Amino acid sequence: MSDDTAGTDREAAGSGSKNGDTQTLGTRWPELLLALGLMGVAVVVLVDARRLGTGWDEFDGPRSGYFPFYVASLLLASSGWIALKQLLSWRRHNPAFASRPQLGSVWAMAWPMAVYVALIQPLGIYVASFLLIAYFMRRHGKYRVPALTAVALGVPLFFFLVFERYFLVALPKGPIEALLGF
Amino acid sequence: MEELAALGQGFAVALTPGNVVLMFIGIILGVLIGVLPGLGGANGVAILLPLTFTMNPTSAIILLSCIYWGALFGGAITSILFNIPGEPWSVATTFDGYPMAQQGRAAEALTAAFTASFFGALVAVLVITFLAPVLAKFALKFGPAEFFAVQLLTFASFVGLSKEPPAKVLASMMLGFSLAAVGMDTVTGHLRMTFGQTELLKGFSFLVAVIGLFGIGEILQTMEDGLAFKGKSARITLGVVLKTWGELLRYWRTFIRSAIVGCWMGITPGGATPASFMSYGLARRASKNAKNFGKGELEGVIAPETANNAAGTAALLPMLTLGIPGSPTAAVLLGGLLIWGLQPGPMLFVEQKDFVWGLIASMYLGNIVGLIVVLTTVPWWAAILRIPFTIIGPVIIVICAIGAYTVNNSMFDVWTMVVFGLLGYLFKKLKYPLAPLVLALVLGDMAEASFRQAMLLSQGSVSIFWSNGLVGTIAGLALLMLLWPLWGMAKDMARRRETLAGG
Repeated sequence: MSDDTAGTDREAAGSGSKNGDTQTLGTRWPELLLALGLMGVAVVVLVDARRLGTGWDEFDGPRSGYFPFYVASLLLASSGWIALKQLLSWRRHNPAFASRPQLGSVWAMAWPMAVYVALIQPLGIYVASFLLIAYFMRRHGKYRVPALTAVALGVPLFFFLVFERYFLVALPKGPIEALLGF
Repeated sequence: MEELAALGQGFAVALTPGNVVLMFIGIILGVLIGVLPGLGGANGVAILLPLTFTMNPTSAIILLSCIYWGALFGGAITSILFNIPGEPWSVATTFDGYPMAQQGRAAEALTAAFTASFFGALVAVLVITFLAPVLAKFALKFGPAEFFAVQLLTFASFVGLSKEPPAKVLASMMLGFSLAAVGMDTVTGHLRMTFGQTELLKGFSFLVAVIGLFGIGEILQTMEDGLAFKGKSARITLGVVLKTWGELLRYWRTFIRSAIVGCWMGITPGGATPASFMSYGLARRASKNAKNFGKGELEGVIAPETANNAAGTAALLPMLTLGIPGSPTAAVLLGGLLIWGLQPGPMLFVEQKDFVWGLIASMYLGNIVGLIVVLTTVPWWAAILRIPFTIIGPVIIVICAIGAYTVNNSMFDVWTMVVFGLLGYLFKKLKYPLAPLVLALVLGDMAEASFRQAMLLSQGSVSIFWSNGLVGTIAGLALLMLLWPLWGMAKDMARRRETLAGG
């Protein structure tokens, strides 16, 4: 299969390898977990399709579950095949997924993003955006306060003018905007 | 000659001052989107689409399609100056573009890339101008069975033509179809897979999916490579442009070959990325300087850039005539048509003449505008690229969040975007293709509707898909595409056996 060609040089790069290379995560586990996750989605769709009916209706033709049933069956088959192949080549084949420092960088972006989205509701999108940009510039860019404030205030202000003023699209706003009378 | 008259009409529509201004805005935004990491044609258009809901459809499509042309042009800038392909279809441009920049020939490489992009797009627009009306007229005879067969062919081609393992293409596609099915079933009114959640009634918006998969996913992947990147600067002077244009004439064969490859790959859902690689490979094989490829050969810039713009543009042909997009960005534009209340497909050429021909005319104009804009503003873009990722990264996340929110004014969509972002990152790392997922999400309801209508016509007999020559041929081709990977596997096995026996 075509996906087996890439990883031969990074054999045994996985978490449990003998040469103690713990700096790299192999694709083995992510590959299996994603395939299992997709199988899970397929099962959910299948169950729901069964509830809706997968057969033929006098008036409507195919019932609501008809099309999803086949779609989910194909999803289950293809992701099942991927999972099976992964299990069968578990020992032989484990190309690199990403190194630890790389994963660290991804995480450094992923968690502030999640916090940012969580803060949009209580604080409004403009204040949350200010916090995200300011945090990131300070933590990873080591910017000084003036530059940091200029960018972190300027960007939300720009979007405020574009959306609320020009396009008249209301974005989520919080207590601070309310204090300012918006 | 009917087409030329209609095209003239289209130019009259596209050349109104308002639309010309939109063209410039679109191109400039598009180049910006093309150079920034995490923003590409597909999700750039997706983010801006909600802002066009109130515009008239013709102006809206001119704005959005110009963003698309701009992004196609912009991809070349990052590839050549920074060795970072802003878009997957610009990867092949880095092979020779970046070495040229390192040798101080950045201006030459950029001029060649922009000219090649322009030429490729122009050929594709000519193809659209003369082929689209014919194809649309032909497609007017299509019934539900034919439409489903064409859709099947589109999806089967993904399985047959993708570089990725067929199982992963299929899984990605079926996930798209599953997500498309969520919400109210338009035929029976039943609720599907909503599990009592009111947010799910409307189903998953493909716009949110595109913003997450391509935008957030891309940002996460960019983070992997660390936070710093350094590049070459460039200033293009008229002298260099004219000198390079003189040189380019020698490569007319490469231009024409790449444009043909691009148009073909764009119309069939192969897409711009394989087109650029294929055209690069063909150019290397045909060239006398094959050894120089990868070390800064002008032809190595021309070939992929011509092909990827030709493909990107030609992808609009099946979208307009059949309602089937040839690329993720075309899929987003197609979704736009639906939102503006236009039914994509052959009837568009009958009922919405102004819209269709205005769009086609704007393709000619937009690409001319694009060429002028990028040639004159390169230093500026290079400067933007020098803004550190510690600023650009969070700003792009803010832009994506705003884009996702404005689709339906709902926080649920912003969370969905985050989940799609993580999924996009995983998919990219594990080599699942994203395009089939997006296309299935956009086309899912339409494909299902035409399938069910076909089934109703035939009272549930699948034989309707080979009931006449036309539908039979299309369905047959689709099956062939589906089975194509098996043929490849068989050939591999045979070869392996042969080498074992021989060696």
